[in-house]
Amino acid sequence: MTNPPDVDHAGGLAENLVILEGEEKQMERKTDRRFVQANKEAVIAVALSLAYFIWWYATAYGLGDRPVAEYTYILGFPAWFFYSCIAGFILFAVLAALMVRFLFKEVSLARSEENTGGDA
Amino acid sequence: MQSALIIPLVIYLILVYLLAAYANRILSKSGNFLEEYFIGSRQMGGFVLAMTLVATYTSASSFVGGPGVAYKMGLGWVLLAMIQLPAAWLSLSVLGKKYAIIARRINAVTINDILRARYNNQWVVICGSLALVIFFIAAMVAQFVGGARLFEGMTGLSYNTGLIIFASTVVLYTTIGGFRAVALTDAVQGVVMIIGTTALLFGVIKAGGGIPNLVASLHAVDPALITPAGPNGFLSKPFILSFWVLVCFGVIGIPHTAVRCFGYKDSRAMHRAIIIGTFVLGFLMLGMHLCGAFGRVIVPGLTVGDKIMPALTLKVLPPVFAGIFLAGPLAAIMSTIDSQLILASATIVKDLYINYIKKESSDPAKDRNPLLKRLSFYTTAILGLIVFGASFNPPDLIVWLNLFAFGGLQAAFLWPLVLGLYWKRANASGALAAMVVGVGSYFYFATCIKRVAGMHVIVPVLAITLAVFVLVSLLTPKPDEATLDLFWGTGEE
Repeated sequence: MTNPPDVDHAGGLAENLVILEGEEKQMERKTDRRFVQANKEAVIAVALSLAYFIWWYATAYGLGDRPVAEYTYILGFPAWFFYSCIAGFILFAVLAALMVRFLFKEVSLARSEENTGGDA
Repeated sequence: MQSALIIPLVIYLILVYLLAAYANRILSKSGNFLEEYFIGSRQMGGFVLAMTLVATYTSASSFVGGPGVAYKMGLGWVLLAMIQLPAAWLSLSVLGKKYAIIARRINAVTINDILRARYNNQWVVICGSLALVIFFIAAMVAQFVGGARLFEGMTGLSYNTGLIIFASTVVLYTTIGGFRAVALTDAVQGVVMIIGTTALLFGVIKAGGGIPNLVASLHAVDPALITPAGPNGFLSKPFILSFWVLVCFGVIGIPHTAVRCFGYKDSRAMHRAIIIGTFVLGFLMLGMHLCGAFGRVIVPGLTVGDKIMPALTLKVLPPVFAGIFLAGPLAAIMSTIDSQLILASATIVKDLYINYIKKESSDPAKDRNPLLKRLSFYTTAILGLIVFGASFNPPDLIVWLNLFAFGGLQAAFLWPLVLGLYWKRANASGALAAMVVGVGSYFYFATCIKRVAGMHVIVPVLAITLAVFVLVSLLTPKPDEATLDLFWGTGEE
């Protein structure tokens, strides 16, 4: 999916950098802004994994750590299994899709930010 | 019966060869041999990326060994398998766009290219290359054994015949087609796996008279089979929790999946791959392991768990379909070996030969000479043949053998890769110490201690490795400005 605001943002960025290019060379290291976004995405992905871990643990052991005689069943599966392995799979696959759709940004993968227009 | 099984398989193998021939034609037209042969010129789209990532990741252990253990452990082992669900989104987003951008800046073809750029140290690269090649050879042998045993189980041909047909196919298409052939065949194999898993799951549920019936029968065999802890409480919490490290977070450091994380063409491809990959991975893991667990009811009394998948397929599906669907696990195995083979070959040619033996052609754009081409083909073929030769004398439970190499690779690569990308202070001494201590302690723990406080040994090993990495890095000088600029700045200098 394209994300029009970002393309604009990237275009504006490229212009700024072109203007600054000459004088900035000798200055302190500039951070590639795409890396800031990449860091954010890495943190979000780890957070989603931790959320999945909590769901997985809570449903599997919360419902499954008891005598088998007390088990309840959903669609034929023991409830712990249904929630942790089947519902958990579907829920988190959907959450992963939402994460990518709403929190991840399309960026150019070119060597430097200035070439953004190229192959985004 | 036999020919009905074999015909779909032959058609499938021919399709794989055709894809390799197509990739070879693109290769012969390519202006940059190394980038095309070893990383497919970074042209993968979202679907192919998702499929090759998942297909590479799911191997004999997920399709043969894993369901074999599920046969013995019941639903608890399916729970363990589902720990892998985040693997696709984690490895793609943690290595992420930063990694893809840096790979383009330095024309990286292998994992060690990234390490070389980050640490500027030949010993890091040499240690990394050796660890990679040695562990890959061990892993590939395990995969070949799995494939040949499957062949044996389904066609009735001898183990050795199965091995010859199966191994020669993989080695040949990987050698002639390179990374592009690997990725394309992986995509086909991924689709075959999905179809195979769906069909088998339906077959099993139908043969068992529906899920409530199957669960009740499992309960009748042993009530522990439907608990998270499994028979005799084998799947203790510390043990199962340590798999979150081994098959979930640690997967970020597995070289043959990590290399795919810079082989895509744009960020949209990566986004789509996260979505598709997560669905496909979750479905395959759930479906295959569930088949294995239910298999206990359909085909009772097996002693070698590895035989459950072929036995189950032959039992619940008509022969022609069985032939098509058995191609699923076979595809899982082929798609793992091919990826390891091409990366091991790339490591030998690019990381060792070009860097340290024939230094002058360090500019990849000039690597067009026929010698390098021949060398790349030969290296791939010879490596394949070595592994093939070692597979004639098979060991028993594939999953453990495979996990040994799997953990060793994580011990060597996880921290150098992740800290290299996200910790400015990480330096060569730290990375080198981490690799040596990681692999050394993994061997020690895995052979001498087995479980530490009930956990899989990967957990203490990665903790020790992290501590060593951080400590040594802090005691030695920080990386130079040019490296920091390459990995955090605009990469101009």
